[in-house]
Amino acid sequence: MPTITYIDHDGTERPIEAKNGETVMETAIKNSVPGIDADCGGACACATCHVYVDEAYMEKVGQPEEMEQSMLDFAENVQANSRLSCQIQVSDELDGLRVTTPESQH
Amino acid sequence: MDLSAAQKIVIIGGGQAGAQVVQSLRQFGYEGDLVLVGDEAALPYQRPPLSKAYMKGELGEDRLYFKPAAWYEDNKVETLLSQRVEKIDRARRQVTLEHGGHLDYDALIIATGSRPRPLPVEGADLENVFDLRGLADVEHIQPKMIPGHRLVIVGAGYIGLEAAAVARQLGLEVRVLEMEQRALARVTSPVISSFYEALHMEHGVDVRCGARLARLKGEDGKLTHAVLASGEEIEADMVLAGIGIVPNVELAEDAGLPVKNGIIVDEDARTSDPRIFAAGDCTVRPLAHYARTGRLESVHNAIEQGKLAAAAIMGKPRPALDCPWFWSDQYDIKLQIAGLSMGYDEIVVRGDIEAKKFAAFYLKNGLLIAVDAINSPPEFIASKRLIMSGASVASETLKDTSISMKEIAAQAA
Ligand SMILES: Cc1cc2nc3c(=O)[nH]c(=O)nc-3n(C[C@H](O)[C@H](O)[C@H](O)COP(=O)(O)OP(=O)(O)OC[C@H]3O[C@@H](n4cnc5c(N)ncnc54)[C@H](O)[C@@H]3O)c2cc1C
Ligand code: FES
Repeated sequence: MPTITYIDHDGTERPIEAKNGETVMETAIKNSVPGIDADCGGACACATCHVYVDEAYMEKVGQPEEMEQSMLDFAENVQANSRLSCQIQVSDELDGLRVTTPESQH
Repeated sequence: MDLSAAQKIVIIGGGQAGAQVVQSLRQFGYEGDLVLVGDEAALPYQRPPLSKAYMKGELGEDRLYFKPAAWYEDNKVETLLSQRVEKIDRARRQVTLEHGGHLDYDALIIATGSRPRPLPVEGADLENVFDLRGLADVEHIQPKMIPGHRLVIVGAGYIGLEAAAVARQLGLEVRVLEMEQRALARVTSPVISSFYEALHMEHGVDVRCGARLARLKGEDGKLTHAVLASGEEIEADMVLAGIGIVPNVELAEDAGLPVKNGIIVDEDARTSDPRIFAAGDCTVRPLAHYARTGRLESVHNAIEQGKLAAAAIMGKPRPALDCPWFWSDQYDIKLQIAGLSMGYDEIVVRGDIEAKKFAAFYLKNGLLIAVDAINSPPEFIASKRLIMSGASVASETLKDTSISMKEIAAQAA
């Protein structure tokens, strides 16, 4: 099972064993990782599952689709490595992925 | 009333709002007893996918749950499932459980949600006539979602139309009967109504507006026909009712709490009893930004009121209110709604309806009050902020797609 490490805005790291096929958002919610709200439950409708992807994994994680990108354009504190975590599917390839959660999702 | 010393908190209803209250109470540092009583068999789960990806079979059941069973254990939340609360005794500060026994409370949250409005016609109890509210309903519906089966959906609201889209994609023959002259008449403008009517017709759904269901006809207790007021008989293997909901207010009403089309709560989600809160579909709440009260049926509302109640109980500052929002997925179309359009006096369309990428902005006295954004997230997100800040934006500017939503938002700020 791939491991994903969630880092909150003040630096606390939480390595979590993730399930293939679930999303980075679901993995966080099910394991009580704070910092991700996910109000719409992964429908790409709310932008409250924003994370920053570690630069080293940007390529493996891939590019956001148009819908996600245009949601991100309007999120608070977006950076070049911003993603909506409900749109990233966990796979073996992402083993070791590190994502940082923003201070606030609103 | 300060409840921060509460040691016993009971939540009635394990849906979106109930689940939120439990999570927020623990997050805000509540350490006392926490009991969630729910009359469904399942732990709290998301309803939106029930008429979308889950109904279609694209999302496994395990992915509907807000939290796994272990979370409730780890957080010392006692869950009493398949168990109804029968009565609230305010003088004793006690609730009575269906299967016997009582629970004492220092603070109580009513999060009983709503139930589908029953079809008010003869034959509504025939076999193969369904509602859509919970997991158990989908369990009954799914085996009948067979290619070629003739499905009649009564009511062209969001849930009915979403189910129509799923059924078409699964190869059923689908008719939608709507009593009003247009789809979504209760919730949106004619622009959006005609867009969705056309979309469904394009996908082969027979959308009949102004069609009143008179009764359902069957043989040996099994549905065979939907009969219209005009006398027309439509052959049907299955009927799905989507004619709106009724808030579950009876417990509150019987306990003497003020109820008017919903349990009346204040800006902290508190009822007239300082120890009792209510959250979600079952409430009528202040809508400060719209200077009125109203009952909202949305995930956003259930989450927001859940947080408000938990914060009030724990003596935390009231969380900032979000602009009301909602979404609907049909075929490859995502609708995102921000704000409440009721009472608008002007509609501005931005984008290209033909290209299925546009937004309908609703203005009142020149101020933006709501938007329906079709495959247009920037219009949705930018509007959430514009609506709440009360900024005035000229309709010519909103219309002009050569000015980006970013620029519009920046100009208005
Ligand atoms: C098919 C479907 C699709 C939807 N799609 C969307 C969408 O896309 N976007 C959106 O924003 N909203 C959507 N909604 C609406 C949203 O799901 C509801 O607004 C939300 O679930 C309300 O939360 P709630 O906690 O108030 O009620 P509920 O989630 O209904 O929970 C209430 C719970 O209380 C239980 N209960 C009632 N009485 C008692 C009692 N006496 N004792 C014990 N338990 C009791 C009920 O059985 C239920 O489990 C959808 C709803 C449905 C049904
Ligand atoms: S959970 Fe709502 S957009 Fe990701």
